[in-house]
Amino acid sequence: MKPASFKYYAPESLEEALVLKAQYGDEARILAGGQSLIPAMNFRIMQPTVLLDLNLLAELSYTSSKDSAVLHIGAMTRLSEVEDDPLIADRVALLHESLPYIAHPQIRNRGTVGGNIAHADPAAELPVIALATDSRFRVQSTNGSRWINSDDFFRGYFETAIEPNEILVELEVPFHVTNTGWAFLEVSRRSGDYAMAGIAVLITLDRDYICRQARLVYLNLSDAPLEAKQSADMLVGETLSDELIEQVANKASEEEIMPMESLHATVNYQRHLACILTKRALELAYGRAKET
Amino acid sequence: MSDNHLIKVAINGQEYTSSVEARMLLSDFIRLELGLTGTHVGCEHGVCGACTVILNGRSVRSCLMFAVQAHRQHITTVEGMATEATDLHPLQEAFREAHGLQCGFCTPGILMSLIPFLDDNPRPSEEEIRAAISGNLCRCTGYQNIVTAVKLYVERNS
Repeated sequence: MKPASFKYYAPESLEEALVLKAQYGDEARILAGGQSLIPAMNFRIMQPTVLLDLNLLAELSYTSSKDSAVLHIGAMTRLSEVEDDPLIADRVALLHESLPYIAHPQIRNRGTVGGNIAHADPAAELPVIALATDSRFRVQSTNGSRWINSDDFFRGYFETAIEPNEILVELEVPFHVTNTGWAFLEVSRRSGDYAMAGIAVLITLDRDYICRQARLVYLNLSDAPLEAKQSADMLVGETLSDELIEQVANKASEEEIMPMESLHATVNYQRHLACILTKRALELAYGRAKET
Repeated sequence: MSDNHLIKVAINGQEYTSSVEARMLLSDFIRLELGLTGTHVGCEHGVCGACTVILNGRSVRSCLMFAVQAHRQHITTVEGMATEATDLHPLQEAFREAHGLQCGFCTPGILMSLIPFLDDNPRPSEEEIRAAISGNLCRCTGYQNIVTAVKLYVERNS
């Protein structure tokens, strides 16, 4: 057997899970889909002493929209369920577009929304989408629950604002407003691999095609999802000419992103990819915004 | 500090009861405890797809699950595809005819990926077929004959 020994709990209610998390704190790792945790345990990169398996908690697996502005997604909802959800395809197209980039179909059948976010890998897709859509997260402990905004949530490599006694239970994603265009693009060496660079774009136009709001968020170009605020601000109040798109792409890729070189890509190559992806994504999102 | 759990799991329609250590991977349980060696183990970190099995109707990596998590679940392995042990499933027949395998190491995982995919999408395009098997590595065929085999099966079924 490859993983080191651990004590295994499979609580049958969230309440029970929260009591165990309060009792074990940092010692207990949450086992959601396990598609990042179990490989790390197979390599013994991670050797948690206690695992809290949330897979029996059907109460954390849902998508629901009680009002017309936001969608709630339970932390244990499988990625493939999100991918196949027609409401998400229609109303949060950016999220829908990013799903096929997450590993492979077999991984998405098991992997969960909460796991993808709480793992906080800078190369993961959902943290980037969460930041681009201005989503927030609900975490719960035996003391109650609280909401955390996505721009406060990601703290760096595999680090989030979740406290040791808390469990991520829910994601709240705003629906795209009218006249919003979206694009998600990334570049990886092989299909399903971690990307060397990626981008999520959301832009909202007024009736004259002038940009009212823009968000540019980069994947694996810092130690956490990175929002290029200054570059996005250059778009506001403007129509998106080729010249402006070029300037924004240069600004973001040369000044705002902070690539961390890897085996697969040098810093210069990552900047090059970011520049090209920014141009492509802005063109795509702008075109879509004009059509909606 | 071994942490043992009693599990009941239905594999290929047969009920198995076993005591497993929490850290035992489902792939190792299937191969070493049950002797169902059709499920292959390649990379053990979810990249190669050789260990793919069908869990409650959906394909998953058996190396990225603990056996204890299969308690009260339904699993199909490549051994459960054909109705009789001596028969081949029509998809397996198509693989044989179209030369969809050489060494065969990746084949069980590819079949386990394709069965739920073809249930959901009985008339897939070539692009969809390629996306469906994108999480299964094959080092022999270059994938071309795998795609041809799936097309042959689809043609016969329609």
